[in-house]
Amino acid sequence: MKRIYVNEKWCLGCHLCEYNCAFANSGSDDMVKALKDIHINPRIRIEENQGISFAVSCRHCTEPLCVKSCITGALSVDNGVIEVDKDKCVGCYTCVMICPYGAIMPGNDGSVIQKCELCTNNSFGEPACVRGCPNKAIVFEER
Amino acid sequence: MNYVIIGNSTAAVGCIEGIRSVDQAGKITVISKEPHHVYSRPLISYLLYGKTTRQRMKYRPDTFYEDNRVTPLLGVTVTGVDYENKKVLLDNGDGVAFDKLLFATGSSPFVPPMAGLEEVENQFSFMKLDDAAALQKVIDQESRVLIVGAGLIGLKCAEGICSKVKQITVVDLAPRILPSILDEAGSEIVQKHIEEQGVKFILSDSVAQFTKNSALLKSGEKLEFDALVVAVGVRPETKLAADIGCKVNKGIVSDIHCATNLDGVYAAGDCSESYDITSGQYRVLALLPNAYMQGEAAGINMAGGEKVYDKAIPMNAIGFFGLHIITAGSYDGEAYVVRTEQTYKKLVSKDNLLKGFILIGDVARAGIYTSLIRERTPLDTVDYELIKEKPQLMAFTASERAVKLGGAKE
Repeated sequence: MKRIYVNEKWCLGCHLCEYNCAFANSGSDDMVKALKDIHINPRIRIEENQGISFAVSCRHCTEPLCVKSCITGALSVDNGVIEVDKDKCVGCYTCVMICPYGAIMPGNDGSVIQKCELCTNNSFGEPACVRGCPNKAIVFEER
Repeated sequence: MNYVIIGNSTAAVGCIEGIRSVDQAGKITVISKEPHHVYSRPLISYLLYGKTTRQRMKYRPDTFYEDNRVTPLLGVTVTGVDYENKKVLLDNGDGVAFDKLLFATGSSPFVPPMAGLEEVENQFSFMKLDDAAALQKVIDQESRVLIVGAGLIGLKCAEGICSKVKQITVVDLAPRILPSILDEAGSEIVQKHIEEQGVKFILSDSVAQFTKNSALLKSGEKLEFDALVVAVGVRPETKLAADIGCKVNKGIVSDIHCATNLDGVYAAGDCSESYDITSGQYRVLALLPNAYMQGEAAGINMAGGEKVYDKAIPMNAIGFFGLHIITAGSYDGEAYVVRTEQTYKKLVSKDNLLKGFILIGDVARAGIYTSLIRERTPLDTVDYELIKEKPQLMAFTASERAVKLGGAKE
């Protein structure tokens, strides 16, 4: 299955992936309208420290601890993609407790979680973070 | 192959999914006293609160049994197991033959003897869907509710009904709330937050005498109530297993394959014990993720696969009235504490390992800490100073990150 992989040597720390993620999942087709004056809450996050930077998003683990631990059954695997059913989620954050990558976070209203679904559930169809990365520091590949 | 699972909650689902990952053909029968499609027990408080519904709180879709070719016998009680003849005996007189058996019997509320308790008409436990439904029926905006027990169950119940009733009083013998997961400072912060929502606590006290609608406390205080919830604790359901010779301590004893001492018999979930790697002791870890992973391991092993469950730790993610708490492990060791107006953080390390943590208020990326505990990562292989500040992958070496994020092989 194709997954997102990170090459931190090529990451510029430009945060474009975060903006593209927030736009792709905004439901809007106008990036300016979607992001203007908004504190973005992207599903991919840059870590940076002393000249090193890299992006972190869901790894879509083959043994997903989040899915096994989810108390509601809101997290499930569909063709290798780990998805969240926001109607079932109650925001208990058991997945936040168990994800070894810190890749699951509260959604915009704080009452349920959000996570990377590889843009399979928005109009992009393929990861917007990867498509917009100017230096190919994140790639979407079969390995 | 005939697989029989006694119980129909998280461990049972883990077992079914585990079996089906190995064996598509074997016959699976699930037997439960409760007449309901599998639902998430911890969601009963969210149901009363109004954050979920009976449909949305189903732990697996309506087609789950059909999709996995499971025969559910719901609303049926197991009266005993005939281990010699490999048969589970039911209250309707039937017997179900098994080759492999899983005890996923869970736990039951522990109600200590309390004088006059039998006079209280409106008394409830708070574990099952039917408990929640029964409680919901008797409460209204004028109700005064007494909850005995300031643990996870009692306090989630308080949150669930807080906006539906007039008054909630929580009484506990212990001097502080949630002692099983929090330290003193943490208990104090969470108690204050819950009190601000109008819940009253009476701690270091207990009920000396009940009448129909009142409780006289040891301290002499008298409380009037319309409904009583007893949430003092739970006890693993071990009798069926013990009766056939399964070794039982507090819970049913099972190994890292989730097998009991009897050939072909397994145990998983709240009825069983796990080896807690943080304390080095076998304990009942009555936690939903633990139940799933034990059940899954049991199922795979029952079906002839190989799966060990050897990373059990106590861990809880819970929230009360918007205040989130994540805790894991045990708290014996060197503590690092940061307290701000809104948040509390405690990390406990010992022997070059992270042993436990408490996060209140800010729980972001807590799983990075949990993973250090589960994987027993030596702290001198990460930048502990950096990770103490906040959970981050930056604290790992570049080559470790290449494995975690870059797809490099270990």
